[in-house]
Amino acid sequence: MASIDIEAEIRAEPPARAPVQRVTLLAALSWFAAAAILLLWQDLTFQPLVRELALIWGAVGVALVALGLAGSRLGRVGRWTALRAPWLLAIGIGMAVWTVLTAKTGLLPQPFFPTPQALLEVFIYDWPKILHSASFSVWLLAKGFFFGALAGFAIGVGMGWSRAVSYWATPLLRYIGPLPATAWLPLAFFIFPTSGSASVFLIAFSTAFPVAVLTWSGIASVNRDYYEIARTLGASPLFLITRVAIPAALPHVFVGLFMGLSTSFAVLVVAEMLGVEAGLGWYLQWAQGWAAYANMYAALFVMAAMCSGLITLLFRIRDRVLVWQKGVVRW
Amino acid sequence: MVASALKTVPQAAGTEINIQTVSHHFDLEGAPLPVLDDITFDIEPGSFVALLGPSGCGKSTLLRLIAGLDHPAQGQIQVAGEKVADPDPSRILVFQDPTLFPWRNVRANVALGLEAQGTLKSEGHRVDEAIRLVGLTGFDKAYPHQLSGGMAQRVALARALVNRPNVLLLDEPLGKLDSLTRMTMQTELVRLWQQSGLTAVLVTHDVEEALYLAQRVIVFGPRPARIVADLQVDLPYPRHRGDPRLAELRHQALGHLGLDSSW
Repeated sequence: MASIDIEAEIRAEPPARAPVQRVTLLAALSWFAAAAILLLWQDLTFQPLVRELALIWGAVGVALVALGLAGSRLGRVGRWTALRAPWLLAIGIGMAVWTVLTAKTGLLPQPFFPTPQALLEVFIYDWPKILHSASFSVWLLAKGFFFGALAGFAIGVGMGWSRAVSYWATPLLRYIGPLPATAWLPLAFFIFPTSGSASVFLIAFSTAFPVAVLTWSGIASVNRDYYEIARTLGASPLFLITRVAIPAALPHVFVGLFMGLSTSFAVLVVAEMLGVEAGLGWYLQWAQGWAAYANMYAALFVMAAMCSGLITLLFRIRDRVLVWQKGVVRW
Repeated sequence: MVASALKTVPQAAGTEINIQTVSHHFDLEGAPLPVLDDITFDIEPGSFVALLGPSGCGKSTLLRLIAGLDHPAQGQIQVAGEKVADPDPSRILVFQDPTLFPWRNVRANVALGLEAQGTLKSEGHRVDEAIRLVGLTGFDKAYPHQLSGGMAQRVALARALVNRPNVLLLDEPLGKLDSLTRMTMQTELVRLWQQSGLTAVLVTHDVEEALYLAQRVIVFGPRPARIVADLQVDLPYPRHRGDPRLAELRHQALGHLGLDSSW
């Protein structure tokens, strides 16, 4: 019933009389309920920041009431809340359930499943460390990904273009490429002067393989007629590479970049856990050492935001670069 | 004659093409498959010649040889008295598929030749000229997937003409268009050829198209291609599809293609 109402509301834009968003109001109710449970139901053991968290959830509820009443008069914000209201409702319910299961009834054992209050405490008191760790991770990943993507792209273009490069590189790529980058970890920490440079190498390595393979296949699958057209128009070999082969292969290259970025996350975390004395992977490890489970969840939360943020960023870049594909390919 | 009466756009004049005892074959799993058998003929500068024959007879191969994309196994081809060795912007091939670069908009596609030759900066105005010539002004920013088949083929023509070629090689350029667009484009092709004064060589398997467009129709037999007839189309432009002389020539051409019984 509720879902039908939302769909009707989304379709009815612009609405004749800006209607109240009922689901958004329902979501507000769920957040108020979560705050009430938190505040009124006695915790099993002492929990910090109960009132503060209840205040935050209550504030979310008030904001949702305002948004729900303003409805579609708010333009973009209104449309967003209309679309996401079921999610806002579900998260509110989730918060309440989480509180009940951990702080109130202890059905989920402590301290392995921290209470919401404990998690808030981590963010309030340990945010400088988490932020520093996150920025360190992003920077390490950026360096490794950049060099890996560059090397993979160059190898892929070389293999796609030159028979000699392909002859020598293909067997190497076939043999060494599938090896998980983490298998190099013990050696890399020996060979490289610092654990940081070793990690950059490992991340680059894990990125380079998929980028190289997909760039190569992208260049190999370029329509032969494109080259012939360009040649009759007086194109030099360099022009054929830079203006025909590479642009035509770019959609493949981006697939490789996505695959490379995903594998590089795994390598990043492992490298940070085992060698580098910083970053979110290290933070996780460190928190485990102190049995600080809430800190681990906080780190996971930030790590997820980081990874999905970087993937989104790459999507945005692709949408820009491959704007010509719109209408050719369904994304 | 007619060309001088029309508004002309500066273009290099058409050049002469000499095809001398050209034979060619493909390697098909080690066995040679002959496609051209001892072809010799000359094309006068500035003329419009159609190569007519059944599909797969090897006429497209001959066009690729003139373009310099392939080299004949025997014999040689001269354009403007020089042996064809490599592709050159003075001889441009237009394919059956427009094969526009999908990542470039109309303007960038048309500019391709000038960009490749490094003259885009000094000769950029020719891009607008070519786009105007094919009637696509205002579509500069459109991407190929937004164009209809006929428009895409116009862009392909503009991409060829912007280089001011001496020879325009047309490999069934209208083959994939619907019949109405096709007729419009046929008239357009004649106009473009007359305005530019270049030598046009059209490969087609459409008898009517060949006779409607060309001054001379060379009829090829089935593979390996041999010349079976050389018809002069002694009609002034603009031509009329219902002209009884065209029908007469069509009858003749069909006879040479072994389709006399269908008349």
